[in-house]
Amino acid sequence: MNLTLKIWRQKDPQDRGRMVTYRVEDVSPDMSFLEMLDVLNERLILEGDEPVAFDHDCREGICGMCGMVINGVAHGEQVATTTCQLHMRHFEDNAVITIEPWRAAPFPVVKDLVVDRSSFDRIIQAGGFISVPAGSAPDAHSVPVKKEDADNAFDAATCIACGACVAACPNGSASLFTAAKITHLSLLPQGQPERESRAKAMVEQMDAEGFGGCTNTGECTAVCPKGIPLDTIARMNRDYLRASK
Amino acid sequence: MTATIERGNATASINPPGDATADKKTPRRRGGFLNSSPGKKAVMAVTGAVMVLFLVLHMAGNLKSFLGAEEFNAYAASLRTLGEPILPHRTLLTVLEIVLAAALVLHMWAAITLARRAGRARPVRYAVRRKSQAGGYAIHAMRYGGTAIFLFLIWHLLDLTFGTVNPAGGSGTPYERLVEGFAPSRWWVTLFYVLAVLAVGLHLRHGLWSAFQSLGQAGRRSYRGLNAFAVTVSVLMVVGFLAVPAGVMAGVIK
Repeated sequence: MNLTLKIWRQKDPQDRGRMVTYRVEDVSPDMSFLEMLDVLNERLILEGDEPVAFDHDCREGICGMCGMVINGVAHGEQVATTTCQLHMRHFEDNAVITIEPWRAAPFPVVKDLVVDRSSFDRIIQAGGFISVPAGSAPDAHSVPVKKEDADNAFDAATCIACGACVAACPNGSASLFTAAKITHLSLLPQGQPERESRAKAMVEQMDAEGFGGCTNTGECTAVCPKGIPLDTIARMNRDYLRASK
Repeated sequence: MTATIERGNATASINPPGDATADKKTPRRRGGFLNSSPGKKAVMAVTGAVMVLFLVLHMAGNLKSFLGAEEFNAYAASLRTLGEPILPHRTLLTVLEIVLAAALVLHMWAAITLARRAGRARPVRYAVRRKSQAGGYAIHAMRYGGTAIFLFLIWHLLDLTFGTVNPAGGSGTPYERLVEGFAPSRWWVTLFYVLAVLAVGLHLRHGLWSAFQSLGQAGRRSYRGLNAFAVTVSVLMVVGFLAVPAGVMAGVIK
């Protein structure tokens, strides 16, 4: 396959940045999107150019490091798939592919396609934990949990904090991420004592970071590689409203 | 915030030295319920609900025009004598008008502050803008649609409430203002009205279920029901509001 790539290049956070066009030839349809970028980068290094910086780690779709906006869609058009698990067979030969970083004020660009997502870390630090000495794991079934709650908590816990929800949201809102973290703890017995204070602290931090508000567009769950459902946001709203009484 | 991570072969600081973001303090925003994004959405949901309840009553009242001039004018007069003789003339109606105006102002305040916040959250736009991945059309027309409805509301009050721009004038009976307001010669006013009613329908299509979501009253099991509720109410409102100009055009109301 031969491709034309239009990639956002930005030297450092102060640089204004620009789109640069590259031609990549002899790409195998079995390559992942990141492997295709590796091919480009190897060539750029050989030619003495700066390679395109992008985040990645496990390349198995479970770590949450990778992510870029491909042709205007976070992680590309393949549903429930991270960028590293997106394969070139989903693109047509001679396609023109535009690649941009996540765009949000709380995600400043570090370089090229790499953004700083420490704002997510600060939301977790605000309350995304359980303040009890956990000790060793309790015996299974010592505290009964409803099957439905366990399933929903697990669904929410699959969030890998990649930031695609923010990238896709027309409001630049981090509601799906924050709600997933709140839901996963608020559905389980261990999360109950701090349920309301957690929701309040995490929502306040989310707002303080400069993310937009949720207007229930559903764009976030449509691109979420883990398919985190929208009802997590309803749960976050409920817990926050209760805490604000 | 200077954690170190493994990135390829090189070990690089997340925030390179001299990087403005590294020393950036967490931005502060005024706290409090009304400054929080879920708080603003809760305000929007409650004020929206107040206005929807008004619209239902408004539509029901409009349909009285099919019963003839006498019935319709008597209904309009009864709104002003609501609560009498316990309350003085027009007391309850004035209170309701104040509640509605407050709901409208708060609804717009929440919408405008959230829209500004959204704008600040994405200072650099995407080069490629794609259509909705969630497949929603009503959702993306809320801000423009809401603005259009507000502009229509001003015209609508001048036309049928105060009669300023109505051929029957302020002194005409409500029924006269209605019939002359939708007269075929003023087809452009009727067209404007039809478009505005459709905009209201579209606004409610998203707004009705969204209000439940914002108040935390939606769940995985209720989305289907809430969506069906939103579609049904929106369609009923559009049909109910369009029935009156259609009746005037068809000569049923004259």
